[in-house]
Amino acid sequence: MTNKLNSLKRKWAGIVVGLVIVLLLMAASVVYGLTSITWTTAWQSFTQFNGSNEHIIIIENRVPRAFVGSAVGASLAVAGALMQAITRNPLASPSILGVNAGASFVIVVAVTFFSVSSLAAFSWLAFLGAAVASIVVYMLGSLGREGLTPMKLTLAGAAIAAMFSSLTQGMLVLNEKALEEVLFWLAGSIEGRSLDMLLSVSPYIGIGLIGAILISSKINTLVMGEDVAKGLGQRTLLVKLGAALLIVFLAGGSVAVAGPIGFIGIVVPHVARYFAGPDYRWVIPYSAILGAILLLSADIAARYVITPLEAPVGVLTAVIGTPFFIYIARREFKQL
Amino acid sequence: MTKYTSFRMRAISFLIDRRAVLIIAGLIGAVILTALISVGVGEIFMTPDAVVKALFGYGTEMNELVVKQFRFPRIAMSVLAGAALAVSGAILQGMIRNPLASPDILGITWGGALATIGFLTIFSDKANALTVSIQWMPLASFIGAIVAGFLVFVLSWKNGISPIRLVLIGIGLTAVLQALTTLLMIIGPIYRASEANIWITGSVHGTNGKDVLTLLPWVVVLLVLLMVYSRRVSLQELGDDVAKGAGALLLRDRIVLLLISTGLAGGAVAFAGGVGFVGLMAPHIARKLVGSSFGVLVPVSALVGSMLVMIADLIGRTLFSPLEVPAGVFTAAIGAPYFIYLLYRSRNK
Repeated sequence: MTNKLNSLKRKWAGIVVGLVIVLLLMAASVVYGLTSITWTTAWQSFTQFNGSNEHIIIIENRVPRAFVGSAVGASLAVAGALMQAITRNPLASPSILGVNAGASFVIVVAVTFFSVSSLAAFSWLAFLGAAVASIVVYMLGSLGREGLTPMKLTLAGAAIAAMFSSLTQGMLVLNEKALEEVLFWLAGSIEGRSLDMLLSVSPYIGIGLIGAILISSKINTLVMGEDVAKGLGQRTLLVKLGAALLIVFLAGGSVAVAGPIGFIGIVVPHVARYFAGPDYRWVIPYSAILGAILLLSADIAARYVITPLEAPVGVLTAVIGTPFFIYIARREFKQL
Repeated sequence: MTKYTSFRMRAISFLIDRRAVLIIAGLIGAVILTALISVGVGEIFMTPDAVVKALFGYGTEMNELVVKQFRFPRIAMSVLAGAALAVSGAILQGMIRNPLASPDILGITWGGALATIGFLTIFSDKANALTVSIQWMPLASFIGAIVAGFLVFVLSWKNGISPIRLVLIGIGLTAVLQALTTLLMIIGPIYRASEANIWITGSVHGTNGKDVLTLLPWVVVLLVLLMVYSRRVSLQELGDDVAKGAGALLLRDRIVLLLISTGLAGGAVAFAGGVGFVGLMAPHIARKLVGSSFGVLVPVSALVGSMLVMIADLIGRTLFSPLEVPAGVFTAAIGAPYFIYLLYRSRNK
């Protein structure tokens, strides 16, 4: 594989440039939107907060949104990178494998049958649903003698996603009020999320991100193939289980805060590999940075697509991501 | 070879398994019986003979009203939509030699969904009233389904059509169609969203006689066309090389078959919405019953599909009465585990 940044110095430079872009986008995310705010006003809201509408929007809405965007983008991308590595499936990602649909299902069950309505409670339910769906799909994909194949996993994911979304829709038909409450969440959005919500899942996202970097050298061995890895003395099952746990933390945590945002997990790891090469010690941090960049940009764009309304960012990532998905499907599955 | 009787006309020929004839007769009986029972069940209960009387104009006035205006059209729609979806799935599975293909997995259903919601959103004025006749909605959804089917086919094209690529690209396309559908539902007024949601899930609720009469010729014409083509499907099932060797015009045949399949699915989706997994399940059940000779597989799939949608609708109407659960919820609840079972069973292939 040819990669763009082929020396250690360039890779570190890439990380620094990436982080600068993330910071710039976070700043842009605070300033641009329906309520137009000048850079000076934004700065003053930190230095001399005066309680004006604009200052309140900045502190209560825009700043949390920028942080949530970076965290969610980074964790979805890293979850996707780990998924692609342990399943050896270039199309693996939380949305394609039904994780998002599982989370949505659990939330709608809670809203319909237990009248749960707080966004904070949504978080925990989504986390539960994402975890259950990941485990189910992974187990289904591994059924049979030859174990986990990319094709089986993709299909199991699609089937589970279809089942959960039909059941979700069925419940929403029975309960229109619930539809109103969850429709926006179901599309994936980081609008109106408080810092508290992010803080409540940040331990999981934090463990997920740090853990992913820590096991990245083991992942390098694993992607050479199960047999090779075993031959080199790796306990592959243990590594896979560890990675799966991290995926549940990352995907569950971000779905909990932002709803089912698709395609970041598919697209970003491929772009990261394009820049940083196949070494997962670099792929993981690059994925995190690029994921944050992609989600922040998509979120800023989402504010302008259907003004004065806001489009859910999940719609934008799907529109950006699908051509990419199709490109990968055409390129890498010719032998299957 | 006494098991088979061959049927030959100029353009049509297929083998008929004699056992299959009995199974088809049995299934027709079962469909009629289920329909009669289903028409009779509801808030006003009728025995099957009362239903028959009402249908032919000898029942009580109330019974006739209920049967003719409300229940019979929706049961007839279940039968038609189920048959169309099932046959559409049978074609796709035969053509791309993949047991997991179906109009909903390939995104065809969602193309119809997006077009329908788009229709409802674009043609609603400020007061949420439709500015054009709702009669055009089926056409919109049909065009959406055709466009999606065409897109999947074109995007999967790379020196031919590989079944796996077709399925994967269908999954990808489904995702973006779903996202755009959600976007439209958010832009539109909330009651349109719930209307759209019922439709996406698939329901025959509120069908009238006119809908049935619109869909009927469509399904019949396409089915007849398919029978003419069935020999070519059997040829496709042998694999590209064999089929080419036998002189098949693979590409032309595939395009015609895809059009028939999309046409059937699009018609069903236009009136009954996205009743999921019927196109997947019915052909499998049919193959278990009569094997895979396409000439008999098509009618048996159609009958099984009709049964599935009718039963799903019956359960949906009665289980949570007076609330109605769309038929699509039940077909998905049975269909998804079945899909997983198929996945599991095909593990060594």
